[in-house]
Amino acid sequence: MKSPITEGIDMSITRRRALLGAALSITLLATGCSGSDDTGDGAAAPATVTEADIAAALEAGGNLTVWAWDTTLTKVAADFQTKHPKVKINLTNAGTGNDQYTALQNAITAGTGIPDVAQIEYYALPQFALAKSVADLNTYGAASLDGTFTPGTWNAVHAGDKIYGFPIDSGPMALFYNKEVFDKHQIAVPTTWEEYAAAAEKLHKADPKAYITSDSGDAGFTTSLIWQAGGKPYTVSGTDVGIDFADPGSTKFATQWQKLIDAKLLSPVVGWTDEWYKGLGDGTIATLVTGAWMPSNLEKGAAAANGKWRVAPMPQWEAGGKATAENGGSSLAIPEKSANKTLAYAFLKYAAVDEGAQTRIDDGAFPATTKHLAAPEFKNKEFPYFGGQKVNEVLAESAGQVVTGWSYLPFQVYANSIYGDTVGKAYLGQGTLADGLKSWQDASVKYGQEQGFTVK
Amino acid sequence: MTATPTVRAAARRPGRPPLKPAARRPRRRSVVLTAVTGLMLVYAILPLAWLFISATKTQEDLLGTFGLWFGDGFALVDNITEVFTYQDGIFGRWVLNTVIYVVVGAGGATLLAALAGYGLAKFDFRGRRAVFAVVLGGIAVPPTALAVPTFLLFAKMGLTDTPWSVIIPSLVSPFGLYLMWTYSTEAVPNEILESARCDGAGEFRIFFKLALPLLAPGLVTVLLFNLVAAWNNFFMPLIMLKNADLYPLTLGLYSWNRQANTVGGDVVFDLVITGSLLTIIPLTVAFLMLQRYWQSGLAAGSVKQ
Repeated sequence: MKSPITEGIDMSITRRRALLGAALSITLLATGCSGSDDTGDGAAAPATVTEADIAAALEAGGNLTVWAWDTTLTKVAADFQTKHPKVKINLTNAGTGNDQYTALQNAITAGTGIPDVAQIEYYALPQFALAKSVADLNTYGAASLDGTFTPGTWNAVHAGDKIYGFPIDSGPMALFYNKEVFDKHQIAVPTTWEEYAAAAEKLHKADPKAYITSDSGDAGFTTSLIWQAGGKPYTVSGTDVGIDFADPGSTKFATQWQKLIDAKLLSPVVGWTDEWYKGLGDGTIATLVTGAWMPSNLEKGAAAANGKWRVAPMPQWEAGGKATAENGGSSLAIPEKSANKTLAYAFLKYAAVDEGAQTRIDDGAFPATTKHLAAPEFKNKEFPYFGGQKVNEVLAESAGQVVTGWSYLPFQVYANSIYGDTVGKAYLGQGTLADGLKSWQDASVKYGQEQGFTVK
Repeated sequence: MTATPTVRAAARRPGRPPLKPAARRPRRRSVVLTAVTGLMLVYAILPLAWLFISATKTQEDLLGTFGLWFGDGFALVDNITEVFTYQDGIFGRWVLNTVIYVVVGAGGATLLAALAGYGLAKFDFRGRRAVFAVVLGGIAVPPTALAVPTFLLFAKMGLTDTPWSVIIPSLVSPFGLYLMWTYSTEAVPNEILESARCDGAGEFRIFFKLALPLLAPGLVTVLLFNLVAAWNNFFMPLIMLKNADLYPLTLGLYSWNRQANTVGGDVVFDLVITGSLLTIIPLTVAFLMLQRYWQSGLAAGSVKQ
């Protein structure tokens, strides 16, 4: 009775092999084709590309596929095409954050459908850099841009002395708070995390529906706060990786934040959902400690609170301190297998450094370039949503106070994906944050070792 | 045939009331049954009602007012206009894409399932059991597990980010094939086929002229299944498509929803809601129109013999 079944399976396997073989030969043909119009980029030694080469590439024109979810790039791409009529940019939203990294990884594995430019967040960039999936921009003279970007973001796109992307925005953190709610309950704007916890208690007591903030466990937020506290849980040197969530900075965060969890002072609403925007709009979520890119999201998503929000410096771990961290922010990188890297670089420079940077700022992006951060018209801009406050003054100040020396793991995308199963449990009352961080560390170490890293 | 005498014998047995008058007696309403059915109705209607009510709200009302009642303004018309004009009217493009994917994908899948199911039911050939095993295996393997291998295969053939990458996988419906197979065995008598062959009809003519009308109720069932699957197809397009101009509605609405997750992104929950409402209308219409066939298809087996 069983023989026909096994026969069928055998048959299908052979057929599948044949198909795979056919598919492989097609790929070989395809790569053979694309290799021919790959002008010099595929050469053995990475020859340096000069300004003249870039100008020539712009003159010659061509097609560029750009994967980015940032909506401010739409106008940048249009302007770039107007300036260089022979260039055609195909701007594609291949998903936000993780969705796009999966797609990019798939395309790289498959060897086809790889974009020429991809938006990659700072925390994810090391993963693509280490796998050499994205090109080292030193080849194109990127090192000459030293000093153009804020130290924090410039450091974030570096791996050793190699440069893997250009920062397009940054997220120096600040305290966004609903002034109306604070005034109503006569709460002073907290300047330290101790005061923040006290404010959380006072607010929730005065209005049981209101919470100081919503946090159901967010890897980016946790690492940013540890960063601000001076913690360096991740040490990376090539493929040697160290993970230690028992250092003083991490402990400081875990102890302080545990108090808020224990006292049930954090709203369990999940970030970026409709419920979250609702809470931001109606005052039940009273503050957000987050990156400088937040204003435009508040304006669009929490329109009901127009005029009520303000921005203050990030609460400190030491009274009188002036330390901040980055949260979020992304770069543009060039996949190694792009067929037109020189042209892609020209677009990168336009979007991140030249005219495009200003266009994006006008559309609400928070810059990573020191020139734009210091510009008077940027700092003096009054935001009606924030009651006319010159929000950028606070945010730009924060950009200059980011604690140096932070690095993410070369497999941070994976690590963040298991955050919920480890640290996230502490938010549900299963164990403490310190326990959660320990199991996050263990799981990350295990994964790193499986991937061939030397992890301590 | 054996069932009929048994029933008669039981009916004739003395002491038991005859069946027919009992069946004719006006049915008493069962309170419990009505309550349970009512509950099911509420359960099914509530999400739809919420969707409709929410679609009439502005974004501010959507987040600021009670979900199951109307907001301060009635913005349904504005919302619909906005849905069709937002991002240069890409929503219309998505509707068209979805229709193409559904017509070609679900239609093709149904036709293939009918052809193959009929063939397997009515022709005896070597390896039929093996095919049976593969089809059953095909039902057992969840499509999600095959998505990434399919992607890699399609990438090597240069088919990703083309309409074919959505259509080709949806042409294969092991469950539909299985259903058509069993249905053909039941609904198409071998005698008809033999007499048609004696009269000199070709096999394709027999299939299209004789078998297909007999298979109609089963065909509609399979078509509905495939229709729903193709209309709601999300994961395959998510993996395969990058070009927003090729998105089906599901993926398009998802991308609008994800904008709220984006730094500097446009938060358009109102458009996502209104778009969703518009998206379920065609499917609802298809169900209402085809349910007659579907019911008769489900009942067909019990009437036979």
